[in-house]
Amino acid sequence: MSGTTVSGVSGEERDDFTKAESRQIRARSLRLLGSLVRPVRGRVIATMGVIVLSTALQVAGPALIALGLNEGLPALLERNDWMPIALIVGAYLLTGVAGASLIAVFQIMSARLSQAILLDLRKRVFLHTQRLSLQFHESYTSGRIIARQTSDLDSIRELLDSGLTQLVSGALYMGFTAAALVLLDPTSGLVLAAALIPLVALTRWFQVRSQKLFRQTRVASARLIVQFVETMTGIRAVKAFRKEGRNEQHFGELVEDYRHANARVIQVFGIFDPGLVLIGNVTVAAVLLTGGFRVIDGALSVFTLLSVVLYTRRFFDPAEEMAMFYNSYQSAAAALEKISGVLEERPSVPDPTTPIDLWKARGAVHFDRVRFSYNDDTVVLPRLELTIPAGQTIALVGTTGAGKSTLAKLIARFYDPTEGAVTLDGVDLRKLHPKDLRRAIVMVTQEAYLFSGTVADNIALGKPDATRDEIMAAAKAVGAHDFIESLPDGYDTDVNKRGGRVSAGQRQLISFARAFLADPVVLILDEATASLDIPSERLVQRGLQTLLADRTAVIIAHRLSTVAIADRVLVMEHGQIIEDGTPEELIAGTGKFAQLHAAWRESLV
Amino acid sequence: MSTTQHDRPRLSTAAAIARLYPYAKPAMPRIYLGMVAALLAGVVALAIPLVLQQLVDGPLSSGDATLVGPAVVIVLVLGVLEAVMIALRRWFVLTPGTHVEARMRNALYAKLQDLPVAFHDRWQSGQLLSRAVSDLNLIRRWLSFGLVLLVVNAVTIVIGFGVLVYWNLWLGLLFLVCSIPLWVYGYLFEQKYSVIARRAQDQQGDLATAVEESVHGIRVLKAFGRGKHSLLKFADQAELLRATEIEKARAIAGIWFWLILIPDVAFALCLLGGVALGAAGQLTPGELVAFFATATVLRFPVESIGFLLAMTYDTRSAADRFFEVMDETNAIVDPEHPVTITAPVGRLTFENVVFRYQDAPADRPGTLDGVDLTLEPGETMALVGVTGSGKTTLTALATRLYDVRSGRVLLDGVDIRDLSREELRRHIAMAFEDATLFSTSVRENVLLGRPELAGDDPTVRAEADRVLAEALEIAQADFVHRLPDGVDTTVGEEGLSLSGGQRQRLALARAVAARPAVLVLDDPLSALDVDTEALVEAALRRVLATTTGLIVAHRPSTVQMADRVALLQEGRITDVGTHSELLQRNEHYRYVISSLEDEELAQSEREDRELRLAEEEGRRREAVDRESRVIEREGEAKR
Repeated sequence: MSGTTVSGVSGEERDDFTKAESRQIRARSLRLLGSLVRPVRGRVIATMGVIVLSTALQVAGPALIALGLNEGLPALLERNDWMPIALIVGAYLLTGVAGASLIAVFQIMSARLSQAILLDLRKRVFLHTQRLSLQFHESYTSGRIIARQTSDLDSIRELLDSGLTQLVSGALYMGFTAAALVLLDPTSGLVLAAALIPLVALTRWFQVRSQKLFRQTRVASARLIVQFVETMTGIRAVKAFRKEGRNEQHFGELVEDYRHANARVIQVFGIFDPGLVLIGNVTVAAVLLTGGFRVIDGALSVFTLLSVVLYTRRFFDPAEEMAMFYNSYQSAAAALEKISGVLEERPSVPDPTTPIDLWKARGAVHFDRVRFSYNDDTVVLPRLELTIPAGQTIALVGTTGAGKSTLAKLIARFYDPTEGAVTLDGVDLRKLHPKDLRRAIVMVTQEAYLFSGTVADNIALGKPDATRDEIMAAAKAVGAHDFIESLPDGYDTDVNKRGGRVSAGQRQLISFARAFLADPVVLILDEATASLDIPSERLVQRGLQTLLADRTAVIIAHRLSTVAIADRVLVMEHGQIIEDGTPEELIAGTGKFAQLHAAWRESLV
Repeated sequence: MSTTQHDRPRLSTAAAIARLYPYAKPAMPRIYLGMVAALLAGVVALAIPLVLQQLVDGPLSSGDATLVGPAVVIVLVLGVLEAVMIALRRWFVLTPGTHVEARMRNALYAKLQDLPVAFHDRWQSGQLLSRAVSDLNLIRRWLSFGLVLLVVNAVTIVIGFGVLVYWNLWLGLLFLVCSIPLWVYGYLFEQKYSVIARRAQDQQGDLATAVEESVHGIRVLKAFGRGKHSLLKFADQAELLRATEIEKARAIAGIWFWLILIPDVAFALCLLGGVALGAAGQLTPGELVAFFATATVLRFPVESIGFLLAMTYDTRSAADRFFEVMDETNAIVDPEHPVTITAPVGRLTFENVVFRYQDAPADRPGTLDGVDLTLEPGETMALVGVTGSGKTTLTALATRLYDVRSGRVLLDGVDIRDLSREELRRHIAMAFEDATLFSTSVRENVLLGRPELAGDDPTVRAEADRVLAEALEIAQADFVHRLPDGVDTTVGEEGLSLSGGQRQRLALARAVAARPAVLVLDDPLSALDVDTEALVEAALRRVLATTTGLIVAHRPSTVQMADRVALLQEGRITDVGTHSELLQRNEHYRYVISSLEDEELAQSEREDRELRLAEEEGRRREAVDRESRVIEREGEAKR
């Protein structure tokens, strides 16, 4: 994440963009906004239609009052004729009812609209972060993704919620009022036009100032969320090592940064808003001045002047709302910049454009001159050539950092090789249909994450449409059935509540059951039994023996007991395979594996 | 799926919001000043029509051009004054508002850190996050904007009515009567809206939880290709929130309808009455103009009430959600008069310890059901038991991550509940199975338990370096020197991602560096390879020679570091002894720990199974034979 470009999420924490960079970011935010609005443009137009009507009706109010006073009053005075005033009052009532109903309808329509857009955006961001590769997730941090999807979306929501109403009704209101004013008295219209000059200048000033400040608030709030999430996730370690005080201090600083950034934005708005009122009031005085003299000259009726003054005042009435709209727009724009950055990130492990289907995989895996490095300096696998025939069970042995996990992750396509290719049944994984890939290859890792929901839900993750019997069969196969049955609600125990707390070993058993249920052709186990006790491990191994009979498997385990069920052992060091053979051959030899195995035998008593 | 409980009687909105007062108190003087400024702005806005009336009835009627100028100047001055007052209102209120928000956020964070692990087990972190961010944000905006405008607009409306009545009693009263339905509707609105507002906020929290899980569980989702599947679940939740939000919009649309309609009706009726009164000569044209000008000024305050009420109710449920956490009573607190152990020797005793998780059903035995165990100073005790037997729970009790249900845990004869938590956790350090690293340098992560070594003072620094080097050496974590910035490399979530084994070694180094009297290690070597494990064990033995150690173990090799082994079975310690003693005398122990005869065992079991299968097969055949004979006989009988 260098600071030299602004594409994707790089440079996200900066706020000193050059003009060109600003333009680039703005363009991508607008593109995103456009793509969000496009599918609902029909509804946007309908909603606007409603608001145009209702605003027009509201604006008619003062005109009808002026009409009542100008026409109705004299008619009553001179001819005792109630007709005109009754008509005008009737018209006023009618417009009132219609206007209010339309406003109510508009409220609902605009909520539907903004919620549709939000839902679309939520789903898009969610799906996109799911698509992005692990490499991205590892460097971007979960806290920041959470920030993007919570607080950033909140500010967009705010804009859509009230902002749209404010903008449309405010702008139209101002437009209609100005039009009515010009029709009634063009001279006052000129005064109003003159007032637009400082108005535009002030708005521009606000835009430039607030944009930078709003970006700072987004960055500050993301940092706050990162720290918050990290603390809550690691609360045990926080307590055990008495980090609370130090955390409080650090969090306090982040809160203060966020507060300060917020306060500065608010201060800028605190100048913008009264500035608008000031311009409005001065304009009213100016209209009064020009109109007053004309009334005395007889060029203008008193009542027309009244209407003109009322219109002028009303023209600036929505100014505050418009200011608020602009404020939330700027805030949302800053959020949109960040979100569009995430959406712009291309997955480094992209789905193929023309995927190859592999309905029935056999499970032959081949590493074809594979080189892998995270960056230029650290090459993890210099050049790997490896063929795993279908159905073979391989044990991968070696010290930490030898590249075993990387090899496993390449098969699961968590990463793509820097050079060369990994193939399944001769098909490059990069070209394989993602669905077929995931059905054929499943990886179980050491960290067995459980999602909120029941135990059964968590196992069913391996096969969403699994029946309860299938789920139970999978649990039985790995020896998880007994402990699940002993939970308060058995398979329906919520893992977050009601005694659903399960130990690390039990979590691993559940994640094993998941893999059994998924029933892949190629199974990769990366340290998946590390937390199991010996009896459980024994059960798992027994289950594995049946399961692995007809599938390809790669097992990484520090405990060499696993090796017993392997057909072939690979010993890795520094990204290279240094020994390759059946367990018996290697144990009988004098190599690294023979030493390891001897040491391990010794460790068992 | 919300985590709320409605066990307390529901407070009124005012009472619920009033609970924010202690946090808002320092800002209140400025909030009051802000209200005054806003009120003055409102009064000035109301005064402008007054001047207009004078102008229309005076110079404009009489045609006196010289008076137009001064009148315009007055309007101008009032206009400027209004803008100044608005600026003042913002200036008074907004910065203090951000301080209130910051204060509440810090208080919430501190409270959350203080609350026991049991609380965090129960609460989804997304719900906590949405409280800490969205809810507090809302409260801030309400304090500095909603509250001020609500009070000021209410006062403006009252004054405005006064002015209307002043212009004409009957027209004013007419206006007042017309607005009665509004108050009725406003009351009904609260009932309806508050419920929806609360639901929307809870659903937002659930959504945040879903997002968090999807990110934290990304590896699992990727491994099974379940990104789409989790999207469906997420979309369902987002859909629920959308439905609630639209329901909310409906409620708001309802009150808006009346808020806009009623003033319009009032206007129309006043127009009729005004013209009639004008015709009867009871009102001058100037007064009529002023009346409508005033009424126009009142429109915004009246219309804004709907929006402000909605905001107020939103804030009310945000405040409720905030206090749900703040009201949580912490059962694991420091004693009033903490005892101090000046020279801890590290005798750790579990005395008839009973523990069950808070939500475990009452009809089941506790996780721990009367544990008695004593670790002598300097002794290393391995804790062995099957998965789920409560080993981790027992270790968590030693540092009061949870408190015992009954019984006691003693450190050097002192009940650990009589020590301050800070002191207790200084004496007992832990390494967890899932090694949590924080987003900071390796150095800080390892020296986490030694805050006194954080300074820049050269002697402190030298000591810190020494402790760091020693801890890293013991944990065989020399890989850190090959990291880009050595021990200053940032690791954890925001830094370099390390492998499970690497993280575990750093967590171990952290526990060792804390130099505690008692070291509690929960399966600390599970992710290490055999070579490294052996090295770590050898180094750990040195440390454990002088430190009391409680080690959760799954492997015979780990057990061998221990002087004695305690076997945990069905919530009790059923046997204590050396490894070989237990191997000899305890069958359950052999079952749990021994894998020496694994292959032989497996072999004999296979044979057993085959035998059993063969027998079953034989029985099945017999049954089939029997059955077919019966069928044959029946067939014959029929014939």
